[in-house]
Amino acid sequence: MAALISCEDLWKIYRLGDVEVQALRGVDLLIEEGEFVAIMGASGSGKSTLMNILGCLDRPTKGCYRLQGVDVGGLRADQLAEIRNRRIGFVFQNFNLIPRTSALENVQLPLFYRGLPLRQQRALAAEALARVGLQGRENHYPSQLSGGQQQRVAIARALVASPSLLLADEPTGNLDTQSSLEIMAILDGLNKKQRITIVLVTHETDIAAYAEREVVMKDGRILTDRKTPSRASALSVEA
Amino acid sequence: MPTFLLLTALTAVRILGRNRLRTGLTMLGIVIGVGAVIAMVSIGEGAKAAVAERVASMGTNVILVLPGAVTTGGVRGGQGGVVTLTTADAVELKKRIPLLRETGWARRDVMQIVHGNKNWNGTVNGISPSYLTIRGWSFTGGGPLTQQDLDTAARVAVLGQTAVDNLFEPGEEPVGAIIRINHVPFRVVGTLAPKGQSAQGMDQDDVIFIPFSTAERKVFGTRFLGSVGALFASTERPEDLAPAVAQIREVLRQRHRLQPDQDDDFFIRTQVDIGKVHEDTSETLTIMLFSIASVSLLVGGIGIMNILLVSVTERTKEIGVRMAVGATRRHILIQFLVEAMTLSVLGGCLGILVGMLGARATTVVAGWPTIISPETVIAAFVFSVAVGLFFGLYPANKAAWMSPIDALRYE
Repeated sequence: MAALISCEDLWKIYRLGDVEVQALRGVDLLIEEGEFVAIMGASGSGKSTLMNILGCLDRPTKGCYRLQGVDVGGLRADQLAEIRNRRIGFVFQNFNLIPRTSALENVQLPLFYRGLPLRQQRALAAEALARVGLQGRENHYPSQLSGGQQQRVAIARALVASPSLLLADEPTGNLDTQSSLEIMAILDGLNKKQRITIVLVTHETDIAAYAEREVVMKDGRILTDRKTPSRASALSVEA
Repeated sequence: MPTFLLLTALTAVRILGRNRLRTGLTMLGIVIGVGAVIAMVSIGEGAKAAVAERVASMGTNVILVLPGAVTTGGVRGGQGGVVTLTTADAVELKKRIPLLRETGWARRDVMQIVHGNKNWNGTVNGISPSYLTIRGWSFTGGGPLTQQDLDTAARVAVLGQTAVDNLFEPGEEPVGAIIRINHVPFRVVGTLAPKGQSAQGMDQDDVIFIPFSTAERKVFGTRFLGSVGALFASTERPEDLAPAVAQIREVLRQRHRLQPDQDDDFFIRTQVDIGKVHEDTSETLTIMLFSIASVSLLVGGIGIMNILLVSVTERTKEIGVRMAVGATRRHILIQFLVEAMTLSVLGGCLGILVGMLGARATTVVAGWPTIISPETVIAAFVFSVAVGLFFGLYPANKAAWMSPIDALRYE
């Protein structure tokens, strides 16, 4: 299997005034296509920084990140925008929907920037909403939707562009247990049925249990990287 | 790209529509600015047109020759101090200068005029028949003075509107009536269409025209037969005025036997000289009004920039999300520019309306003439687009150059 993500000795160093913060200190990571990986770690362990770099939102200070064989470090800002648009879908902890904009239009956004005709944008967005079980809510505003529903809109927005990589940053962090289960079921289904690669950041072990591989980070380094043993039991909770 | 622009514009309208009060107040600056520009320029243009009309009422392509000062033993007489121009000068000018379409002459005096039980103190002009055509007078009744009237020193008169109003009852027919000028009876043969005020503010209609010969022999009397108050000439085209003036000077100097070291004993004026002063004045007025109005447009633009900066800050997170799903810098830049331009264009259109209403109100209330030319409207529109573009550029750039990760994290 081809490596979708390949990181070699990634470093990220921030400067906050005189203080130098080493958020990543030499991370090596290989993720194959179709994998479902959970990245765990305490806050400040560097997992969000790694996520931002994987999502092409941020650049590493040092080291090489290849996405589908392309060295992302050498790309211009607009080329990165295009990669985010076509290859990566984001799901955030706080949903990050655009307020006072309908669910359908939120989902249309990646297609809008891709320059598709309006009719096609609408059709694809409606289809993506149906896939997360939100048919009939196309014209609701985010404020009219529950947290779980808002997160499902966000997933639809990530899916609509048919990305090869879905990055979920604590997708259930702001949700109650029931909604969390629903969201995880959707993500699990996407990974299983559509073979979409998912990288999930979380600090909840039961959420991480949905993944088939668990990467634990500490102080900007990868501490452990192993297959998840409890996958089966986690799925039984859902059932 | 066209789809993107169209949708961006629609989104911009919707976003601006959400915050009606803020949008309205921001637009108000542009509305007032553009409205002021339109109203002020229309007042300036109106003033200019009024001056142009007055100048044109003198007749077209007219050259005026006035008797000049003569220096006698070191003492300089004022303009018109001596009689130096004669009817013979006019005839000679016509003969020797082909550029001149017509020449005429006039002499004026203020006289008491009587008709029935009414009397009026008006300006009586003894003229050559050509005078009326040179000065562009038209008739409301009767006809002009003829060459025969001049040759026979006929006692006939043509009246201006003010003279008619003061000598006749309303509705009374002046043509054919007998009036007395300085006790001499005259038959009215024509009445003139009103011209209004001259560029100098004189009532041009307070006139009575009689044949020059009649005036000289029977009304005014003369010290010197054939001496005139002024010579008039006209050319076919405006560009002939300058060469004609030069030739008139040359012929007159020759006829008056002036030595090269002597000053002219006459003055030559064209309507261009006379109108220029007034036109310059109203030009200055237009520029001044326009500058004042531009300042308010500038202030309106700053208002747009201000509110857009606030909007960019407020929507930092949204900008981050848009970047995360694939918006390029250019997309973000265009989005905010379109918002700025939507504000300024809508404001500009409203401002054009307000300016037109303001100009109309000025005409109605203050009685000043105003002119709204399509050029002004187009210029105001283009100007407001430019204001939006210019003042939107900084906030839009600020939005476009945010780092996606900082924008996303912004709380």
